[in-house]
Amino acid sequence: MKKLLAAASIALMTLTGGAFADGHASYPERPVMLMVSYGAGGATDFQARIVTMTAGNEDALGMPIAIINKPGAGGRVGWNWFATQADADGYTLAAYNVPHFIAQSIEGGVEYSTENFEPIANWGADPAVFVVAADSEFNSMEDVVNYAKENPGKLTFSGAGLFVGHHIAALQLEKAAGVKLAYIPNNKGGAGAMKAVIAGEVLGGVNNLSDAFRAQEAGNVKILGVFDLERNEFLPDVPTMKEQGYEIDNASVNFRGVMVPKGTPQGIIDKLAETVPAMFENERVAKRMKAGGSPMHIMTRDEVLEMWKAREETLKELLAGL
Amino acid sequence: MEFLTYMGDVFTPINFALLLIGTIGGLILGATPGLSPTMAVALLIPFTFRLEPAQGLILLGAAYTSTVAGGAVSAILLKIPGAPANIATTLDGHTMAQKGQGARALQLSFLASAVGGIFGVMLLIFLTPVLAQWALAFGPSHLFWLAILGVTVIGSLDSSSVVKGLLSGCIGLWLATIGFDDIMGAQRFIFHDAVAGGINVIPALIGLFAIPQVITMFAKGRKRLDAEVIAVKKHPIGAAFREVFGRFRALSIGTITGSIIGLIPGVGGQIAGLVAYDQAKKTSPEREKFGTGHPEGVIAAESANNAMVGPSLVPLLTLSIPGSPTAAVLLGGLLIHGIFPGSDLFDNYPDVAWTFINSMLIGQILMCIFGLYVAGLAARVAQVPNAVMAAVVLGLALFGSYSVQNSMGDVYVMMALGTGMYFLERFGFSAAPLVLGLILGPIAEANFIQGSMIANATSSMGEYFFSGTLNLVLIAIVVASVGYSLWMELRDRRYTTKDDAVLKEESLS
Repeated sequence: MKKLLAAASIALMTLTGGAFADGHASYPERPVMLMVSYGAGGATDFQARIVTMTAGNEDALGMPIAIINKPGAGGRVGWNWFATQADADGYTLAAYNVPHFIAQSIEGGVEYSTENFEPIANWGADPAVFVVAADSEFNSMEDVVNYAKENPGKLTFSGAGLFVGHHIAALQLEKAAGVKLAYIPNNKGGAGAMKAVIAGEVLGGVNNLSDAFRAQEAGNVKILGVFDLERNEFLPDVPTMKEQGYEIDNASVNFRGVMVPKGTPQGIIDKLAETVPAMFENERVAKRMKAGGSPMHIMTRDEVLEMWKAREETLKELLAGL
Repeated sequence: MEFLTYMGDVFTPINFALLLIGTIGGLILGATPGLSPTMAVALLIPFTFRLEPAQGLILLGAAYTSTVAGGAVSAILLKIPGAPANIATTLDGHTMAQKGQGARALQLSFLASAVGGIFGVMLLIFLTPVLAQWALAFGPSHLFWLAILGVTVIGSLDSSSVVKGLLSGCIGLWLATIGFDDIMGAQRFIFHDAVAGGINVIPALIGLFAIPQVITMFAKGRKRLDAEVIAVKKHPIGAAFREVFGRFRALSIGTITGSIIGLIPGVGGQIAGLVAYDQAKKTSPEREKFGTGHPEGVIAAESANNAMVGPSLVPLLTLSIPGSPTAAVLLGGLLIHGIFPGSDLFDNYPDVAWTFINSMLIGQILMCIFGLYVAGLAARVAQVPNAVMAAVVLGLALFGSYSVQNSMGDVYVMMALGTGMYFLERFGFSAAPLVLGLILGPIAEANFIQGSMIANATSSMGEYFFSGTLNLVLIAIVVASVGYSLWMELRDRRYTTKDDAVLKEESLS
């Protein structure tokens, strides 16, 4: 029986393998795993589950994608594992967060950099925004900067941690406005940083647009500015930092997407780069993402490669002074 | 009384079926070591994609309440707390099971859970706006003092001496520093990849509690084959009812402590059970009975950890701030249906919000009924021979540790800590203070660093940490707690005498 099975499977392999010259056209033949380096229920995990829910459809991969969480140390644990231990066979994907992993690789102490990963496609972009409590005396970024000029180093504001998008935005603001601020990193991520703002523990905060949008809807905060090149469709009335006179680009925008380890066969990368962006464009995905207040931003592999490169340069410059 | 208007929605056939599935599934998941309430709820979220918002939340809410209570099953029968919330339950619950009172311990724990849980949900129904302000009042300095208050509990918790309790607490605090630190990202004591993300509490919990058990069972298995088949006496449910309400002090202390602690974002249910247990012990006239299979220990711990469920959702439902990891997962479940929690949730989606809360109320009662049924079956679980039991517990421990983060590293951590704990137990140290240190370390540290950063930018450290009513009240409670322990120590001189040591050794081997 065993021999028969073996023979059958070899026959099947030669059949499928022989039919296609590069040997990857039948990929994927079994379910694919997507590693998320943050805990279940977090924003990255939540979005990853939505954008991959149609993977099993015939027009997508034809195989379901299973989410595996490897949280710890701001994503370092998962990405370290992905760079050093994951199989480069196309069945192990991972979610990336830019600028987090690039900033961490510049800071050092991790086993990865942009060199170790191959991007597939980008699904979302969550810009950072500046928030203050609903009853705050600040009504524009100018008020905030004026306060900081009068009280150097005394304007406390929260963010999700060091070497994440919020921290980058904070550094950019200090540089562009020429002021000294007191950035207070929070150990409970964006939610903890938001609580610090609402409870009045700090005077302001940098937070995710999606979370700040909800907090504003609930009447808890005011959003004073967006750290992005353009205004956001969720917040058409909130001006960008640039509009308010501060030269700040989109280096702090939290890009989320899918990547594979270096060494994955080119045929598989090409196939994924072709099907995954189309999968993200699915109508059901878009509806769910919109309902959850998560801004989508689909980018192809080439666009992501370019974005990673540009981001790395900006971050190296920005973090050099730390 | 608005919640009564929507009570009918819970009892439509589909909703009620989902409530039953959530409750029974939650009990099973909760009783599986390693599957914490957070994981159970996260696992269920994909199933809610296709359900109506209210239906999805019924499933999640029912699963949340019953996994917390389900953790008591493995805590009592196997001495493996299903989640940090159930640590305190092992202290007296497992000792009761060893004495053949497993069924009684389970009945008490489910009844106490239901009482605490219903009280907690009632708080959520009637006092949400008031409680929301209270939850926001806790800033970094207050959370720091609260963690210190937790540390003062360590000494008096389940040890043959205060000194040994404090020592194992310190080991826990040290273990908590391993890994990248939460705020600055500094690397500390990372000698192996397995600990790069720090010591995860769940694998540590499983290792520290289960592995010494397993080693003990294997170690004596050959000599006395018959030894560990625990006889389980049947226990009438009516008697359990009378007992729970008869021990009113433990029940009320557990319920009130659990409700208050559950409300504070970031501290949550992990320590509610332990603090309530300690309070019940300190105020009890029979305090020397705690730790030897005293029903009040089980009642206080279990009423506290279910009382925390309702209030822990207050910051989420009113301010859109998840106060606990489980609340964060529930937030994901709400968002996926386009519902943004916030102060206007009850105005915009009253049907969803109230049906969700009502289902948790009914869920508590269903959980209690099924729990009592399970307690009757407990007899059969405990009649498994020693060697088989050891293998089953070891298997569950491996599975549970691996499943938390799909990481073999966690399994190594679990085995290493467990083996270490086996030897520590021989010297009279116990696992509960160690775990408490592991949980409180990061809370105290992160809040101290955040507080000092804010203090340095605005005022001074002294002013930030030592002024304000809430700070002073918390400091006063800390001083009182330390003073009380010292006084009791001096009065009772809790030495481990030679006889005690021999007794303890015999009970272990």
